[in-house]
Amino acid sequence: MFKIVKREEMAQGTVIMNEIEAPKIAAKAKPGQFVIVKANETGERIPLTISDRDPVKGTITIIYMVVGKSTGLFKTFQVGDAFQDVIGPLGKATHIEKLGNVVCVGGGTGVAVLYPITRGFKEAGNKVIGIIGARNKDLLILEDKMRAATDEFQVCTDDGSYGRKGFVTDALKEVLEANKIDLVVAIGPVPMMKFVSLLTKKYNVRTLVSLNPIMIDGTGMCGGCRVVVDGKTQFACVDGPEFDGHQVDFDGLMKRLRAYEADEKQAYHDHCTMFGGK
Amino acid sequence: MAENIVKKEKVARQPMPEQEAAVRRRNFEEVPLGYSKETAMLEAGRCLQCKNPACVTGCPVGVNIPGFIKEVSAGNFNEAIKVIWGKNSLPAVCGRVCPQEIQCEGNCVVGKKDKPVAIGNLERFVADTARTSSGVELPAKAAPTGKKVAVVGSGPSGLTVAGDLLLKGHDVTLFEAFHKTGGVLVYGIPEFRLPKSIVASEVAMLENMGLKIECNMVIGAIVSVDELFAEGYDAVYIGVGAGLPKFLNVPGEDLIGIYSANEYLTRANLMKGYLFPKYDTPIIKGKNVVVFGAGNVAMDSARTAMRLGADKVRIVYRRSREEMPARAAEIHHAEEEGIEFYLLTAPVRFIGDENGRLVQLEGLKMDLGEPDASGRRRPVPIKGSEFIMDCDLAVVSVGAGPNPLLTQSDKQIALNKWGYISADPETGKTTKKGVWAGGDIVTGSATVILAMGAGRKAADSIHNYLTWGW
Repeated sequence: MFKIVKREEMAQGTVIMNEIEAPKIAAKAKPGQFVIVKANETGERIPLTISDRDPVKGTITIIYMVVGKSTGLFKTFQVGDAFQDVIGPLGKATHIEKLGNVVCVGGGTGVAVLYPITRGFKEAGNKVIGIIGARNKDLLILEDKMRAATDEFQVCTDDGSYGRKGFVTDALKEVLEANKIDLVVAIGPVPMMKFVSLLTKKYNVRTLVSLNPIMIDGTGMCGGCRVVVDGKTQFACVDGPEFDGHQVDFDGLMKRLRAYEADEKQAYHDHCTMFGGK
Repeated sequence: MAENIVKKEKVARQPMPEQEAAVRRRNFEEVPLGYSKETAMLEAGRCLQCKNPACVTGCPVGVNIPGFIKEVSAGNFNEAIKVIWGKNSLPAVCGRVCPQEIQCEGNCVVGKKDKPVAIGNLERFVADTARTSSGVELPAKAAPTGKKVAVVGSGPSGLTVAGDLLLKGHDVTLFEAFHKTGGVLVYGIPEFRLPKSIVASEVAMLENMGLKIECNMVIGAIVSVDELFAEGYDAVYIGVGAGLPKFLNVPGEDLIGIYSANEYLTRANLMKGYLFPKYDTPIIKGKNVVVFGAGNVAMDSARTAMRLGADKVRIVYRRSREEMPARAAEIHHAEEEGIEFYLLTAPVRFIGDENGRLVQLEGLKMDLGEPDASGRRRPVPIKGSEFIMDCDLAVVSVGAGPNPLLTQSDKQIALNKWGYISADPETGKTTKKGVWAGGDIVTGSATVILAMGAGRKAADSIHNYLTWGW
């Protein structure tokens, strides 16, 4: 069992942070890697990127958006409760190196994945420019941490309720115009990663994206997480989760993410009814 | 004596009672119902008790078949299980999934003129009887040796190694990457062919004998082989299976509604997707299902789809019936359940709707040409034979490759050109000192019993090493 030692609600309860006791994973986890989390005996295996780790305390941190039955169930877990299974660290770690100028672009819950990578590039001696975005002010997460991990930082909201009004791509365009950028790391909703990649392609700036397709085992066994990269089938769990954004078939990925839409809606509806509309 | 033999041959091979095909094709209950005590004793009486039993030479783990059958015919079931346990720690599994027709039963002398003795059915009967009766003693364990062994992977070969080494007095820990033990026995083989409670009870027996189990441990990711040695393990056995699914590599394979057999069966079996929404993992339930391939895994996939409510389930295979690699019993059961076979047919492409969901496939008819490297006649496309078939779920079951997760993490363990671990076929020794490997990660996809046979040899070799050195 993997006990929750710390829990926070973010973005008005739509995003949850759990710090979990998992000493062996904490000792090995690197930025960019993920774990598979399963709540209980009847639970689903859900891949979540590791947002932080503390090898001394023996904990890892996961941050997830509540979108369906499984994450809805995770949300009911309080400090002292435990996940039945946490498996990892899985996937390839981000290749962090000194490149010069690196822009880290995050959207929504993707910022949770982006944060340790941002810190890694900063610690490696890069100048790091951070851009994070959300639909509105209330849905922003990890603003302070991201600010502290970057040399320059800006926030965008779609509705202008905080920071600059507009999409992260608007801010990124200005940064690309004004600076010589060596790498862009973009992590967030698939459409955001798609449009960031289309933009950086024009400027010919290498771009890393982190994909989160549907998975079961997370070890290369099922092939459910396959994505087309540069015309070839890749497994996000073992070949990724990070890929060259200029080569990913984002439209295909978006379709595959909707494979169980109807089932998920029904299951979440049943779950919400059971937990009193929350 | 001669009279005696003639008399014995008069008893016909006892059929296995089974659930009616029309009923079972819509449920996940086990298909064969098992022998009664009387039937088992009657069937056991058919055995000639050969002095040089050919059946035993056909068994990859060398079970003393006439020995246990003799006990069954005398009604000494508790003795019969002890005889089996001497060589096989998973008899309830083997009685159900071994390809007996090409092993023990294929060699049976009775089978030369009559139907062979139903060795598999008897093994299953003995194991099931032992499981449900009290007073069966566990096999005796040797005194503790103080040596620690790590077994990586809890499938059939890992469980065999663990069982054998426990009996020899070693301290064994089993590491499993999934959240449940059993490997392919739980994620791959469906409930209706091998109930999961049986695997659980065979594992529980090993735990009672002192086996330690650590699930959720992806060796190579969370702990390396070298770190296992640093933690004090004296030997490591790698039995991680061949878990990398192969696809057809035809256009449209990324449409929603196309699964690898690994994914389809894992969703259905390990994650209990057939019980959705009681269990949280969804599984696509097709009405028009096509399964590619004709091995045991393909039969399992097709029969699972039928049980999940399909109207039509078709096996598409590019060779002919003769080349189908599945066990005869699986093909027979599938046909009884209404699975249709489209032989000498190959996929050309998958066709989706605007939401990226599979709706049709294009196929092509084949003809058999000259034998290829595998000795089987090579399928050759027939020009202009393309056709379109409606299909909302496709399961690709054309084999698996080696999973590189562990092997990439340790460069001292040499691989062959296909990425499987190079291991001595007699001992299972790898190129790294103190490390053995066996099962599908060495041979490529094979059977449960062959993996167990490899486990048996490796366990003997590990025991020798722990006693005498490398």
